Amino acid sequence: MIFEYAPAPESRSVVGLRQTYDLFIDGEFVPAQGGEYVTSLNPADEEELAQVAVAGAADVDRAVAAARRAQETVWGRMSGAERGKYLFRIARIIQERSRELAVLETLDNGKPIKETRDVDVPLVAAHFFYYAGWADKLAHAGFGPNPRPLGVAAQVIPWNFPLLMLAWKIAPALATGNTVVLKPAETTPLTALVFAQICQEAELPPGVVNILTGAGETGRALVEHPGTDKVAFTGSTEVGRQIARSVAGTDKRLTLELGGKGANIVYDDAAIDQAVEGVVTGIFFNQGHVCCAGSRLLIQESIAEEFLPRLKARVAKLRLGDPLDKNTDIGAINSAAQLERIRELTDTADEEGVERWSPARDLPESGYWFAPTVLTGVSQAHRVAREEIFGPVLSVLTFRTPEEAVTKANNTPYGLSAGVWTEKGSRMLWTAERLRAGVIWSNTFNKFDPTSPFGGYKESGYGREGGRHGLEAYLG
Amino acid sequence: MSHTATAPEATTNHALRAHLYGLPGVDEVGARARAQDLSTRSIKTTAKAAAIDLAISMVDLTTLEGADTPGKVRSLCAKAALPDPADRTVPKVGAVCVYPDMVATAVEALRGTGIGVASVATAFPAGRAPLDVKLADTRRAVADGASEIDMVIDRGAFLSGDYLKVHEEIVAVKEACGDAHLKVILETGELNTYDNVRRASHLAMRAGGDFIKTSTGKVAPAATLPVTLIMLEAVRDHHAETGRRVGVKPAGGIRNTKDAIRNLVLVNETAGPAWLTPDLFRIGASSLLNDLLMQRTRLSTGTYPGPDYYTQD
Repeated sequence: MIFEYAPAPESRSVVGLRQTYDLFIDGEFVPAQGGEYVTSLNPADEEELAQVAVAGAADVDRAVAAARRAQETVWGRMSGAERGKYLFRIARIIQERSRELAVLETLDNGKPIKETRDVDVPLVAAHFFYYAGWADKLAHAGFGPNPRPLGVAAQVIPWNFPLLMLAWKIAPALATGNTVVLKPAETTPLTALVFAQICQEAELPPGVVNILTGAGETGRALVEHPGTDKVAFTGSTEVGRQIARSVAGTDKRLTLELGGKGANIVYDDAAIDQAVEGVVTGIFFNQGHVCCAGSRLLIQESIAEEFLPRLKARVAKLRLGDPLDKNTDIGAINSAAQLERIRELTDTADEEGVERWSPARDLPESGYWFAPTVLTGVSQAHRVAREEIFGPVLSVLTFRTPEEAVTKANNTPYGLSAGVWTEKGSRMLWTAERLRAGVIWSNTFNKFDPTSPFGGYKESGYGREGGRHGLEAYLG
Repeated sequence: MSHTATAPEATTNHALRAHLYGLPGVDEVGARARAQDLSTRSIKTTAKAAAIDLAISMVDLTTLEGADTPGKVRSLCAKAALPDPADRTVPKVGAVCVYPDMVATAVEALRGTGIGVASVATAFPAGRAPLDVKLADTRRAVADGASEIDMVIDRGAFLSGDYLKVHEEIVAVKEACGDAHLKVILETGELNTYDNVRRASHLAMRAGGDFIKTSTGKVAPAATLPVTLIMLEAVRDHHAETGRRVGVKPAGGIRNTKDAIRNLVLVNETAGPAWLTPDLFRIGASSLLNDLLMQRTRLSTGTYPGPDYYTQD
């Protein structure tokens, strides 16, 4: 019998979209002085969701001034226990409004509702709960008896986990007594603006959190603004370099969380069925729009021939389509520009003689879509083995010995993540010790937790977010 | 992945051990996560209606109590033949499952319905009896008309490493079954680890079992989703290796429609649609059927009639 799953769309009615959204400065929504707006689209069908204000230099000035005032007069002076109460309140409101946030995130980003519902939003709440708990215990965090906040943090976040990246940035900054000016990505600003409403609902003092929407120019104005003490950026290595240059020579502290080309190493004694799952999760979770994605599968040559058909059979079962459908595994690519980049890089594989495979299926006609793709016969020299594709494209390489696995895994300018699959404990530890990556998953992949520090080696950036380590980036 | 190698002709305990320990391991955390992930599938409207009817046709309606009487067995058989007196479109169940001494009663009660009788045998549920007793138990059930035999493996032998004994018993019981189908109960709650579940599954398939079944229902945990997932992977791999399709029967603990549908999703996305038939997937249950019937009515009429409108047998 063919068991067809009937459409099971999550209802949109829980989201009340406004036609336009203004900037959130000093506790209020205010129009941008330039009066300019951009449209935020649903990437699954190109429907226009809302008009969002574009912040200019004057707006950045206002927001930074508001953040400074709030930091010096209210937030920086408040006891940690009191700050913690606000953060706990925010965390609870996020839980209460979790369905609304999940649906809105799916609409604006294109990722499947099962991910926003089961991963993104629960982790957002967990981050606020976690750092709320630190707020009154900073003297015991290992950074001296009386660690001080830095002041005002300028934070710029990407579109792949819009609300989660906001939480990673805002929760530790606020817990440590800093105030923030945050710019969400231009294609995914909406959940950050609902978060601004949540700050109002929690009666957070005005100016503690300021949200400026806009594109690259707004981000540049924010990170180059002389009135901030700290810049935190998550995004591409290219933009990260520009930011590092602009911050160089100033007193500002900087943390960067950039690109990756993570290796997922599967040894011949791995638990095969779970390794297949882990490889699939590693690259197809969030359409591969994950900086720590396992975009390179390093499979031991002795089992490659048996592993790959199993992997392809599993990929063929992934359900691609309406991101709001509760049974969708793979949603839409976030933007036309990103789709173009994925196509361009994947096309280089064809030109370089790499074998390309995708399950046979029709893609939706409107919106931005890319079929899950497995590239085999990839070697270290191919562009698809070296450059971050940031899409649902897996490059498969083989290795013969553990030494070769480690050499190939480390042979990249990046160093954000890696996965190791073996049933042998000693080999697991041997491998993990030698990998140059900030996060190494053992018999799993893409697992996140607020208690665990996250960050990269080499061109994947510097500084750590999450856990006790994540406090350090916001303490003087 | 040496399990894909052809099994050696002469079966020795050494060869069996080498085969079973050559199977890839099961990562417990990963297996649980996959089962959990699949259990979030949302099966609605037309898909739910189809799934409910399929699940009803897969139910092995079971009574395995010391207190079973001919009267109890006859009423269960009547239920199997006509699950919902108010709705004749309900499909009939897969089989009725009883103890060996009740087989004759059940066969008589089901005559003309086309529903088969499955009997547990081999000193169910412990299996702690000499082989000749187990074989006599099996032969008698078949002679009385059972078309399916649910045997238990010797878990003691399995856990002590005597895979040959487990294998030989299954082979012998299979022979005693004649034309009756053999379901091999692994009693996964006593095997404890997922690696053991996988090994026992392959051992039972190699020895000729037509079905592998999770549990007797007398030991907890019984049919958990990760265990059923691992057994479905095993039958999928056995088919890829030998071309033979072995069935799977989770039994024990599946009490409502949601659990049943979760099992069907596991089948669909693990072994594949070819297993979505009562010939290759059964659910051993007693209270499940009424919940399926209630959900079926609710789907077609929009209201719950309430438990008193369904027969308690």
